[in-house]
Formats: sequence, C-alpha cells, structure tokens
Amino acid sequence: MNETIRELLGRVGGLPVAVTDITDEADLYAAGLSSFASVQVMLAIEEAFDIEFPDSLLNRKSFASIAAIEATVAQIIKSREAA
Amino acid sequence: MSLAALATDNTLSTRAHRVAAVAAEFADRVDADGRFPKEAVEAMKAERLLGIQVPSAHGGESASLLEIAEVCSILGQACASSAMIFAMHHIKLSSLVEHGEESQWHLGFMKEVAGRQLLLGSATTEGGIGGNLRNSICAIEIDGTTCRLTKDATVISYGAQADAILITSRANADAAPSDQVMTVFRKGQYTLEQTHVWDTLGMRGTCSDGFLFKGEAPAEQVFPKPFAEIAAQSMLATCHLLWSGVWFGIAADAVSRAQSFVRAAARKSAGQVPPGALHLAEASNLLQLVKSNLLSGIETYEAARADGDRLSSMSFAVAMNNIKIASSQTILDIINKAMLICGIMGYKNGTPYSLGRHLRDAHSAQLMISNDRILANSATMLLVQKPDFSLLG
Repeated sequence: MNETIRELLGRVGGLPVAVTDITDEADLYAAGLSSFASVQVMLAIEEAFDIEFPDSLLNRKSFASIAAIEATVAQIIKSREAA
Repeated sequence: MSLAALATDNTLSTRAHRVAAVAAEFADRVDADGRFPKEAVEAMKAERLLGIQVPSAHGGESASLLEIAEVCSILGQACASSAMIFAMHHIKLSSLVEHGEESQWHLGFMKEVAGRQLLLGSATTEGGIGGNLRNSICAIEIDGTTCRLTKDATVISYGAQADAILITSRANADAAPSDQVMTVFRKGQYTLEQTHVWDTLGMRGTCSDGFLFKGEAPAEQVFPKPFAEIAAQSMLATCHLLWSGVWFGIAADAVSRAQSFVRAAARKSAGQVPPGALHLAEASNLLQLVKSNLLSGIETYEAARADGDRLSSMSFAVAMNNIKIASSQTILDIINKAMLICGIMGYKNGTPYSLGRHLRDAHSAQLMISNDRILANSATMLLVQKPDFSLLG
C-alpha cells in the first residue's frame, strides 16, 4: 500500500520535491502539498483501492503524511471488511 | 429609555450602538475623503470593544462569535468601513485567542490588546502570490533570538493606523510557499513604505494601502502553530462569518431606508399600497435568507470549534465558503431592490434614502477573497466531499 500511495503522490501530488525524499512521517503540507493537489491524491487513491473516503475522514489530519494516508486507507478497508 | 439611562447602560449592544452613532455621523465624510474613521475607532476603544473577544480571565469579556458578529452588523448599519475595521481586528484577535495561549509572549500580548485596546492589522496579501493568502514568497529570517521580515504587502488595511500587524511569511528561507508562519510585529518594530494608494469604489475608509513592510522583533513573537492550522481552524471561518455580519448590516440599513421610503409614501396616499411595497417584501425575504444563513454558519462554527478535526474538515470548509458566497452575492440584490424602491432619492447622495455608499461598499464583498477563487476551492473539494442532506445536521 505504501508504494501505491507514494506512486500516486508522485504522479498527482504536484510536490516540489521527489517523493523518495519524503519520509513516511513528514508533513506533506509543509513539503508543498496544496489543497487542490490533496484532492487529486484522494481521488487517485479512491480509484486505486476502490474505496470512498467518508466525510469524517476528509480533513487535513488524514492526509498530513504518507503514514497518515496509509492509516486512513487501512481504516476504510478494515471497516468495509467488517461490514 | 432616557438618555441618562442609556449613558449608564453598558450592555454590549448599547455600547455598540453608541459607537455606531459616532460612525454614522462621520460615515459620509470618511467615504468622500477616503480617510480612516478615526472618530469611530476612538469610540470603539473608549467603549472597550476591541478586547471583548479576549477571555475574561485575561482581561476581556469572553464575547462569543455571535455577539461579535452582532456588533459588526450594528456598526455595518452605520458605516461599513468602520464595521469592516472592527471585523478585521477581531479576525486577527481570534488567532491570538484560539492559538495564542500556547506561548507566554502571545498570551501576554492578548492581555495587552484587551487592556490597552490595541488595534490589530493584517498583512496576508503579497505581490506575486495572485491573491492566495495560503502562499507566501517572503520568508522570515530567524537569527538567534531575533526575527526579521521584509514583505511587499500590496494591501495592509489601516496599516498606518494599526497598533500591531500580524503578518504571514514562509517559515524559513528553504520552506515551500505553503509552509507559512504568522508573526506579531508591534508598532515601532516595523517600518512601512507606502507603495499603493487605496482609492476605491467603496470601503474607502479602511485605508487598505499597499506597503513595503520591514520588521525586526524578538523571535518569540512568531506564532508556534503553523499558519496553515491557524487559517483552517479559526481565520477562514471567522473571516467569512464576521465579514458576513458587516455585509448583513449594510443590507439591513438599505432595507430600513427603503422601508421608511415606502411608509412615507403609504402615509401620503392612504388606502393604496405604494408600488415599491412589493420590492420591499422581496428585499425582506432576501435579508432573512442572509440572516438565517449567517446564524446557521455561526452555530456550525460554535459546534465545531472544540474539535480540531471538524474545523479542518472539508465539509466545514465548504459550509463556510457557501456562507461567504451567499451573503456577498445576496446583499447586492437586496441593495439593488432598495434602490428600485427609493428611486432617484436613493440614487442621489445626501437624502435620508441615499444608497450609493451602501451599494459601493457592498460591491467589495464579492472581491474580498474573490468569489471565483472560493467557488473553485469548493468545486475541488466537492470532487470527494459528499454533501450532508440531513436536516438534523
């Protein structure tokens, strides 16, 4: 999952630095992720993992770092499996 | 209530009305000369309105956003420029109140704002960023315990009159444009070299001239919290809500003038409903929409404010955007209807029904953070955000 997220972030995140230079815990907004680009990343992730972000997870925190995105996606997949 | 009783009545609303009376007296002169409404701002200080938002424990009055919006509206009914200055001051103060308690310096400064009634200005706009306040070009330089900043601030409202300026910049020389901090510079810690003159259609008294800002201050005056969080969690919401309070006030006074006009006509021709009465009913309908929208927005903000996640959620951002769009557009319709009612008496300056200043002031609403930018921002969020259709909230 980490690799897919990194690949999508690199493709649509419009970051001024290479994704390989960003640690899992680094603040993506500080790295230059714009709010427009964060939505593009969300859309790409929804498509790639066949999920939909519920409203409660559409906040800055869910997308603040690669680790946060991973945790958010994992949470959605887990709650889908439980359903 | 007798005048003597009014003078000793110190409810917030009465104090605001006393300031509004001063603001109304000078409104036309402030507008005509494009000058700072110094009488109204002095009255705000005398009535101690600049510190009401500060918690009581720190020398203020713990006023709620609703109460502050009400003052914005009361002042907006008298002089839109004075009301907007009051609103912008409180938007800046909200950054201190919501985020300042984390640092001793900011806490002390917040107390001083209430105690000495300091007027806070804002410098978020910069030449070259294309109006997006969430981007900066300039960067703050931290050198040991000192910080230095130079900013080509194309707009600093009442920059020359403010007692302190809260200014945004990149967090350091290597930071991305969106990696911003906000810093408080007190008067005396900066110089302003005027670069643009605020000669505008309306809101002429806010004196939002452009300046080259050069400041040096102790580094502890930089807010510890990133500006991204300050913007998301307090600034954007209080901006849209308090501005809407001012705009509601402008429209409310226009409706009030139109109603006086219709009533005067009705008295002259007893038994007949004057032709403008239908427009008045329409204007009243629209004014109610603006009011309901604003009140529901304040309620949404109050409910979300304890929860940082909710404040920085997309649904909250879309809701606040919608309030700004709706109030800024609708007040123009309302004032236009008021103008149709009052006819040439509304179009002319210097009559009891004059609406030119209202209409010109109101035109700024769509441009203060361009509605196009806000709609584009909402449109992006709506690619993933799902609207909540429940009436239960």
